[in-house]
Amino acid sequence: MSNHELIWRIAGGSGDGIDSTSQNFAKALMRSGLDVFTHRHYPSRIRGGHTYVEIRAAGHEVQSRGDGYNCLLALGDSFARNPQEEAYYGNEEIKPLSENLDDLREGGLIVYDSGLLSEEDVAELDLEERAAENDWHVFPIDLRSMAKEHGREVMRNTAGVGVTAALLEMDLEHIEDLMEDAMPEKILEPNLTILHEAYDMVTEEYAFEHDLRIPEGNHDEAQALLSGSNAIAYGAIDAGCRFIAGYPMTPWTDVFTIMSQNLPDMGGISEQVEDEIAAAALAVGASHAGVKAMSGSSGGGFALMSEPLGLAEMTETPIVLLESMRAGPSTGMPTKPEQGDLEFTLYTSQGDSARVVFAPGNIEEAYEQTRLAFHVAYEYQIPTIIMYDQKLSGENTNVPVSFLDREPAPSLGSVVTEADLEDMPHDETGKFHRFQHDVDNNVSPRSLPGQKGGRYLATGNEHTPSGHISEDADNRVAQMERRVEKLEDIRAELDEEHDSNQTYVGDELADFGIITWGSSQGAVFEAVERLNDDGHAVKAVSVSDMMPFPEAEMTEFLESVDQAMVVEMNATAQFRGLIQKELGRYGEKLTSLLKYNGNPFEPAEIVEGYELNSDGSDADPSAQVRIEPAAGD
Amino acid sequence: MSAFNAIGEERDIDRNEFTPGIEPQPTWCPGCGDFGVLKALKQALPEVGLTPEEVLTVTGIGCSGKLNSYLDTYGFHTIHGRSLPVARAAKLANDGLEVIAAGGDGDGYGIGGNHFMHTARENHDMTYIVFNNEVFGLTKGQTSPTSPKGHKSKTTPHGNAKSPIRPLSLALTSGATYIARTAAVNPNQAKEIIKEAIEHDGFAHIDFLTQCPTWNKDARQYVPYIDVQESDDYDFDVTNRQEAQEMMFETENQLYEGTVLTGRYFVDERPSYQEQKKELGEMPEEPLAERYFDEDAEWERSYDLLERHK
Ligand SMILES: Cc1ncc(C[n+]2csc(CCOP(=O)(O)OP(=O)(O)O)c2C)c(N)n1
Ligand code: SF4
Ligand SMILES: [Mg+2]
Repeated sequence: MSNHELIWRIAGGSGDGIDSTSQNFAKALMRSGLDVFTHRHYPSRIRGGHTYVEIRAAGHEVQSRGDGYNCLLALGDSFARNPQEEAYYGNEEIKPLSENLDDLREGGLIVYDSGLLSEEDVAELDLEERAAENDWHVFPIDLRSMAKEHGREVMRNTAGVGVTAALLEMDLEHIEDLMEDAMPEKILEPNLTILHEAYDMVTEEYAFEHDLRIPEGNHDEAQALLSGSNAIAYGAIDAGCRFIAGYPMTPWTDVFTIMSQNLPDMGGISEQVEDEIAAAALAVGASHAGVKAMSGSSGGGFALMSEPLGLAEMTETPIVLLESMRAGPSTGMPTKPEQGDLEFTLYTSQGDSARVVFAPGNIEEAYEQTRLAFHVAYEYQIPTIIMYDQKLSGENTNVPVSFLDREPAPSLGSVVTEADLEDMPHDETGKFHRFQHDVDNNVSPRSLPGQKGGRYLATGNEHTPSGHISEDADNRVAQMERRVEKLEDIRAELDEEHDSNQTYVGDELADFGIITWGSSQGAVFEAVERLNDDGHAVKAVSVSDMMPFPEAEMTEFLESVDQAMVVEMNATAQFRGLIQKELGRYGEKLTSLLKYNGNPFEPAEIVEGYELNSDGSDADPSAQVRIEPAAGD
Repeated sequence: MSAFNAIGEERDIDRNEFTPGIEPQPTWCPGCGDFGVLKALKQALPEVGLTPEEVLTVTGIGCSGKLNSYLDTYGFHTIHGRSLPVARAAKLANDGLEVIAAGGDGDGYGIGGNHFMHTARENHDMTYIVFNNEVFGLTKGQTSPTSPKGHKSKTTPHGNAKSPIRPLSLALTSGATYIARTAAVNPNQAKEIIKEAIEHDGFAHIDFLTQCPTWNKDARQYVPYIDVQESDDYDFDVTNRQEAQEMMFETENQLYEGTVLTGRYFVDERPSYQEQKKELGEMPEEPLAERYFDEDAEWERSYDLLERHK
């Protein structure tokens, strides 16, 4: 693997157009043949507040944000509040520069807008000294004046792009194309002028002493830049989902928005409703009437869905719910990722839970597992939940377009037609036995309201085969067992008929294993690759099946290693707990590497965690992570 | 060709079709007003030409929530307070269905109050019957949102300090387009009002006074009642919002002073949510549920959306 990569960070204030500028820049890099991966850091605030987007690009596969970064474009925060001595938020104007220095790698580039960042503020940063120490190359350029001269001040992002492109010796062709696609004539002209002006000025007036250049790469086929939220929404659309109900909450809002923008044109329905209790209840109602339906939320909103979720379990109504985690508890840190809702998602709602939970680890898995979620939900009449987080939701990466060239799968699963109903069991009064005791796969086919011969009662109370409320002990046991045993049938189907949802990397013979789940996958996989390149034998598994748990696969993995480190973004080692609960052993083999400061793992932190663990060292890690020793230690 | 042939089926309908042949027989207490709702519904449904399998009754939790256990239709007995969101989604999914939601006063005006307000606002084309017995029946008689001020129960031993909710006024300000009050003791009026509510295109709310002889012994049995349309003492125009509002206010006050006023209070022709959504292109013309049975349906796929991602 070549180490040559660009990690470009554009920093400014929320509302300064960082998102659209970076989206286009990422596409330009992708079109030039590079693999890209984006990471977005932003505060829970609409205008102002320090925000950045990182784009990592290389001629080889990139699966995480990487470690640190090597090129900064600091734009200034046009919504910064007046800096005051001792202000709680500090001096906001300088943050796009000051907040981003610690992560900049040796030899890195800094471009900042000297038209917005004041000389006095910059002077306080000891920038020269630090630059000399770290071999940074600093380019103070008045982007603001350049933008104003040829267009409007807001176009300074374009000037910044022109400057960094020049410094990286990057061809402007793709950037221009993308601007042409995205911008109306009136603003296109000045933007193009600014882009070239900036590019030419830098090329002509600066001597290049830095080594960083745009990496080279090429793709065998056209690529599409997708976020995790795109992938989930597209998986749902291709699975024939045509009904969504929701209430906005970060980060779930992204999927809700994408679905709402597309469903009406696809003959579907989107409903923004009064609260999340209603949202989940609507999904249940729509599915009950014969539509493939979904809802979802993030932590707090998902909590409100607990009771309708249980209703779906009890009435065996298929629904797909999303749990888009963010840092908790309570309102927590709304725009920061965390994997703290695992136990909550597995068990929320009263009674024994009978649901399926997948936690995709990357964008392709997000698409695949959402499709699978609809298949399982509708075939087995069970709620299926996709858990993901703010990180996977917002990160973009390129996938080959052929990946999405698939047949849609709109089947409603185990429903009957009116013709089927004629030969199916009914009671004397004509009620259809929609909840039969002894059936294949524990699935009793369902009828839909409006069908002739399918009348029954669905109820959240325990019920007889035709749906009558009943507290009869024998019936209770039969119905309960059928509902919970479906999970075993689903496990069997997943093991036997599908590619595993677990992903494995590294040296198969290694004695040291790393286990992770959900969106921490990319950083773990890069760490494993690095460790193996450096001569350590390490392997890793990224787990997606949270429920039903992949018992056979995990047993095999744990049997094959002496020690395993579970990497997850929460403070209480929830997934490690799940492994021990499900397998009932291995406590002595499992340690944890935990991170819960609001930022996702970087590969280097995992490498360090491995080193400390495999040495048996009790030294503190240098990063803001925590090591939890094995049980009994 | 439809996959739902019970919908719109033209045939003779037997008066007893909605009555289950054998069990379950209602488990309500003797003298309970809930019997009155059941009876009125069983009569009204065939009279408006509906058959059991084109009707979906969606209920909440409470004594009242048992309604669809004793009425032969497709039924969904949901959870406490949530009948409306389940019901309105079923109607959106298949608008050929006749959707009737029902539940108690605690269910609809208390725990589900937010859904009541919003379902009325949106004007979903459905009927909502609230069994108003002024108590929590199923949980043994606690004070409910419609219990009178001063009402004593195990949870308000010194009397209820809260003024009761105004169900009719709330429906009106929220946006319901058919609003009526009837009483279990007045089966003919109840049946006629249910028929009108079902035939109304939009959200039809019926506040149905159902006496609870078990927990509300000192409460009136809602007799004698007065039909505001038939009485010479009242004269107002049900299509006039201001007049309707005044009549509702009066009716709500009178109930706690011992006079039971009933009848139609408000009728409005505002287009239903379904109609409005269709007009905006936010809902398909054909019932969405039909599409899943249409073998010739062409399903759009995400592959065709990729241009914007390249
Ligand atoms: C979330 C929830 N909270 C509380 C209950 C308990 N509960 C069941 S019915 C009911 C109130 C019933 O009163 P009402 O809605 O007026 O119906 P009624 O029995 O009077 O017909 C309550 C509090 C419940 N089932 N679910
Ligand atoms: S408790 Fe009251 S409302 Fe419930 S069944 Fe008995 S009489 Fe009817
Ligand atoms: Mg009540």
